[in-house]
Amino acid sequence: MTDLQNFRIETREWLSDNCPPSMRIPAQSDKDTCWGGRNPNFSCEEQKLWMQRMAAKGWTAPMWATEYGGGGLSREEAKILREEMAKIKARRPLNSFGIDMLGPALIKFGSEELKMQHLPPIVRGEIRWCQGYSEPNAGSDLAGLQTKATDMGDHFVVNGQKVWTSYADKADWMFCLVRTDSDGKKQMGISLLLFDMKTPGVTPKPIKLISGSSPFCETFLDDVKVDKGQVVGEINHGWTIAKYLLTHEREMIGGFGTRDAGFRSLGQYATESVGLKQGRLANQLLRNDVIRWEVDAAVFALTAERVSDEAKAGQGVGATSAMLKYYGTELNKRRFETMMKLKGGEAIEWEGAASREGWLARSWLRTKGNSIEGGTSEVQLNIIAKNILGLG
Amino acid sequence: MALIINEEQQMLRESAQGFFAEFAPMSELRRLREDDSDYCDLLWKRMVDMGWAAILVPEKYGGLGFGHVGMGQIMEQSGRALAASPLFSSAVIGVSAINLLGDERQKETLLPQIAAGQLMLSLAIDESRHHEPNDIALSALKTPEGYRLSGKKYGVIDGHSSAKLIVAARTQAEVGDKEGISLFLVDAKSSGLEILRTPTVDSRSVSIINFNEVIVPLENLLGPEGSGFAGLSSVLDIANAHLAAELLGIATESFDRTLRYLKERKQFGSLIGSFQALQHRTAHWWSEIELCKSIVLKCLSAIDEGDSRVPGLASIAKAKLCEVAELSTNEAIQMHGGVGMTDEYDIGFFIKRARPAQMLYGDYSYHGDRFAMMTGY
Repeated sequence: MTDLQNFRIETREWLSDNCPPSMRIPAQSDKDTCWGGRNPNFSCEEQKLWMQRMAAKGWTAPMWATEYGGGGLSREEAKILREEMAKIKARRPLNSFGIDMLGPALIKFGSEELKMQHLPPIVRGEIRWCQGYSEPNAGSDLAGLQTKATDMGDHFVVNGQKVWTSYADKADWMFCLVRTDSDGKKQMGISLLLFDMKTPGVTPKPIKLISGSSPFCETFLDDVKVDKGQVVGEINHGWTIAKYLLTHEREMIGGFGTRDAGFRSLGQYATESVGLKQGRLANQLLRNDVIRWEVDAAVFALTAERVSDEAKAGQGVGATSAMLKYYGTELNKRRFETMMKLKGGEAIEWEGAASREGWLARSWLRTKGNSIEGGTSEVQLNIIAKNILGLG
Repeated sequence: MALIINEEQQMLRESAQGFFAEFAPMSELRRLREDDSDYCDLLWKRMVDMGWAAILVPEKYGGLGFGHVGMGQIMEQSGRALAASPLFSSAVIGVSAINLLGDERQKETLLPQIAAGQLMLSLAIDESRHHEPNDIALSALKTPEGYRLSGKKYGVIDGHSSAKLIVAARTQAEVGDKEGISLFLVDAKSSGLEILRTPTVDSRSVSIINFNEVIVPLENLLGPEGSGFAGLSSVLDIANAHLAAELLGIATESFDRTLRYLKERKQFGSLIGSFQALQHRTAHWWSEIELCKSIVLKCLSAIDEGDSRVPGLASIAKAKLCEVAELSTNEAIQMHGGVGMTDEYDIGFFIKRARPAQMLYGDYSYHGDRFAMMTGY
């Protein structure tokens, strides 16, 4: 038996012994998502247990090196872990911008000191991070950001306003893009700073969305003092890191297209919703929508697999994260549009236990943001056209 | 298995690309169109010399046993070049049908001949203008002198130039039933056989074949009598996977040519590729082609691995490639503007080949429906 086969068996056994039963049913609502942090809001004791057990093995960040608390797994091993988790429908133990976004950038660009300070608490789910990128006047044109960090010798003083900071009101630390130099090209003179949300002058204010929820905040920064040791990489060279980090954000958001919604295929969902007539979905026009979606979703999932296999083999065009983000988010929007049509009158319910407090309507509205956040679909198409196709 | 092609397959892909560029340029397609012939014998001979007719033939029957991923690379490059040849009807479908359904004697006799490029076969299946393999009505009545075939077949590719036909017929049960279907190897020179060639939009042809009490020797039954549908389905899955590969080639070449044009053509004092209206459409188009590469490779690998998901994957592949080939050939003409409409520019040839390849053995509506039925809705 090969090492990988052994690893699979051991992993299966460990998961079987350690994944609590309630963590093997699909998430029913947002509160079933575990975010950790200084003030964790566990939905139940088992959610906490599941996060802690996985964190102890470093499997909340399976491929990070063990010296930073990670699982130290190879790509193949990490894939096996994902597969075995999917097999028992295990929930993700910890959702974290620290794992999905900041971590990879810190590992690539950060000093050893910063890595040792920040990575282990991320793996353990002790510190929850938020992203300070967009500003009221720097959305798609992110490099036009104006939040200013003034050099005071051993520290910076930061002034400005961030917007669309996900869960800033619940986060413990922020990774934040600031302008450290206003001369020259706008991409130059940007730095990536890390600071505690408890620092005086940091004020997050939730933004209510069309879905009724408030996952994002405006964050006001008034004379915020940040130690110079908390700059990731070189001062004034943060744009490269920002772009790298955005690649990870795109991959994360693009992945929404195929996962969640209870591991149920849209075909099954449709069958339960409108029924069959002589073996075919009773509503013929909606059946077409469902088929087209299922075909595209199947092909998209294979593409994510192929891109990852090519990367592993050192092939491929790179920069495909823009394509995955673009296609995955548009796919997710189509999925929810179709689900709304399939549910008819039931879909428009906003409150009440029957509709799980309007879960479908709210989720549907939330998906509209998928093709805006992390760079709009149009920005992704610009990236593909310019960087991959060479259209000037 | 990883979704990447190995080094040998990559070499085959590159050699096919070079081969078609040298021996099957667009000027050759124009020449064939004037000549009224479906393909060039010399080109086919060269392909046979490359060993391509033997790729799917197992080694024990004188072949290379190189597999469907390998053959798919050639089909894709052939699609790029719009190269006409009996590769698909004989070396893909013919070989697969005999290999999957034939008995030892049939394999030993026929496979080496196909591998050597000496025997051409055509599959005769559809009986209306739409692909519906359940609806086979052509009857095969067992008599002491052999099976007596009566009926009509439509849309037989390379039908007039093949020495043998693989014919799906009904030996029992009702039309619309999956039971009662049998396959036969029918000599093209059999009496009572009438083959009518019709030129098609892609400068190739299809044949309508009338079977007027054609007598087929008993030993020419291919596969089990009355329960040939499963085997036929597998052959059709293989055929559709390779059509998807060909369509991928067509889509990719349409894209590449258009991308070059966007970087050459100037209007309003700028290259038209600098206009965002075209950039976004092109980027979307590129994304769709990236998706297609994944499903074609996955489907071909699944066939090689004997994966039970092949029927579903083949339908997904064919459906998706139908959609993207249509997108590609339409966008190609639109972005070329007026010259895209002229016969002088080659870009218009791609839509003409894509449509027959889309339609053959089921288009999006057929395969989308088939896939949904397999999934239970």
